[in-house]
Amino acid sequence: MTVVFAAAPVIPNFGGGSSQFACERANRLFCPNWVSRNWATVLWPALRQHVELTLIAVAIGFVLSTALALTAYRRHWVERPVLIITAILYTIPSLALFELLEPLPGFGLSRTTAEVALVSYTLLILFRNTLTGLREVPAEVRDAARGMGMSDRQSLLRVELPLALPAIIAGLRIATVTVISLATVASLIDNEGLGSPILAAISNEVFKTELIVAGGMAVLLALLADGLLVLLQRRLTPWTRARAV
Amino acid sequence: MFSDHSAQEEGPSAFPQAAALELRNVRKQYPGQREPAIPGLSLSVEAGEVCVLVGPSGSGKTTAMRLINRMIPLSGGDILLGGRSILDHEPTELRKQIGYVIQQTGLFPHLTVNENIATVPRLLGWERRRTEDRVRELLELIGMDLDDIGPRYPAQLSGGQRQRVGVARALAADPPLMLMDEPFGAVDPINRARLQDEFLRLQERVRKTVVFVTHDIDEAIKMGDKIAILRQGGTLAQFASPAEILIEPADEFVAEFVGQDRALKRLGLATLADIELVTPNGTGPGTDRVALSATVRDALSQLIAGGGAPLTVVDADDHVAGIVTLELLGRVLGDGALANGADPQVRAAGAEPRPAGQESPA
Repeated sequence: MTVVFAAAPVIPNFGGGSSQFACERANRLFCPNWVSRNWATVLWPALRQHVELTLIAVAIGFVLSTALALTAYRRHWVERPVLIITAILYTIPSLALFELLEPLPGFGLSRTTAEVALVSYTLLILFRNTLTGLREVPAEVRDAARGMGMSDRQSLLRVELPLALPAIIAGLRIATVTVISLATVASLIDNEGLGSPILAAISNEVFKTELIVAGGMAVLLALLADGLLVLLQRRLTPWTRARAV
Repeated sequence: MFSDHSAQEEGPSAFPQAAALELRNVRKQYPGQREPAIPGLSLSVEAGEVCVLVGPSGSGKTTAMRLINRMIPLSGGDILLGGRSILDHEPTELRKQIGYVIQQTGLFPHLTVNENIATVPRLLGWERRRTEDRVRELLELIGMDLDDIGPRYPAQLSGGQRQRVGVARALAADPPLMLMDEPFGAVDPINRARLQDEFLRLQERVRKTVVFVTHDIDEAIKMGDKIAILRQGGTLAQFASPAEILIEPADEFVAEFVGQDRALKRLGLATLADIELVTPNGTGPGTDRVALSATVRDALSQLIAGGGAPLTVVDADDHVAGIVTLELLGRVLGDGALANGADPQVRAAGAEPRPAGQESPA
């Protein structure tokens, strides 16, 4: 059976030539059939990988930056070097960072390379927000905690960190959305996540449906994650909404 | 722990007894400063007494207070609480035994009123039930509704309510000593007077040893059993009862600090209950009334305002207790009847309606 492709663009992730592919062949803006056919094999796995990439990067970034922020909170001199290093990491263009890491031994075209890069973009935001949150605890509140007999550790865990939570969660929101967005670029390295179908869609002639669906899923994922973090903050910091009655 | 110098009844407390406080040649020298903040301060405060530290800024009054709970480390000398050196305790253990109230309250914004008050009991590892009972008791003591106020966050309280909660929180573990650093300084004058009266009534009941820092001499006279006036450079200018300081200022500095109107201030130390009133035998009493618990100073002011017409003095139950006239006050002053000052505790009781839920002082 001969299929005439003469005027049609070269479309990836699409086969056969019957009329059911008319939409794809014409490369219309959005082909629902393509989405339903490729959901289980292409889109859903990509989404899952994307969530994994994001969770791992944000979790590692959170642990590292919290440890750094707590250190800088107690020892002021730590703040500057950490800020300088994380700011440099933050300003390296993501593509360049991926390419820089790739030749290093143990990295290569792997998830590790992608995660290291993603984590490095979370550090500046999370570090700065956590440190600012801690520093903005009112002096008289810290004084009262100490004056009532709390140890440094008790004051930190019971008073200072809880009061820094709004700033910490604000940092998490920015970091998470940033990572979700950057993780699409990271698929250049490890070919997974929502970046993978996006790359496939633009690797030749642009296949609009795939580009729009995969891109839209990344946007929706970012919005969803942000919304969940807002809910988390409301749950954890009820006092921020308590107003004079 | 503080076995001697007891002035307080048994309570549901961790440290049931008020403790005497003694500062022995206390010195504070900050590194890098030539002059010591406090070159050598000695004071002794009896158990259950309110000692006010007053002085201009730079007199080291707050520093002196913060040395007591080791928020600032001593450079020399010693401080004894209940006969035992504060240096014998771990700072965190010491501080749990000392109530701490500061001007901006330092209430924890992320905790409810209940949780704020429960802070020290929780640090001490009290059982939940005991802590809850204590919180309830303290809210009653400061005249607050448990169900209404208890679950609120500090942002949902007025300034005066926050200060009351701050005091209740400091009292939570029933500490033998309270440190109060300008506790009513950030409140408007009307609320300040109310909080002062309330605190004096509270003190009638709980009988804590209190170190109270203020820069306001009128507040010092009102609150203190003893007043320590500090001058710049951290030296003690005079340490005596309010009446003594008003009658016999130790030097120029104290006289100036106390103010030209010190004779009038002295009148503020006695109430009409302290003087012998004219008996209302048949003659028509004055039309205007004044409470028996009013200070002599306030009565004088009211007499002047009324053009010298006599005032009827009524007690708390609205019974006529006598008549007060300008002539009577002139005679009383001439006799020197107030020269030794009145017991400040007399005027503390019942000066204002009690907050709800508070029983009369034992």
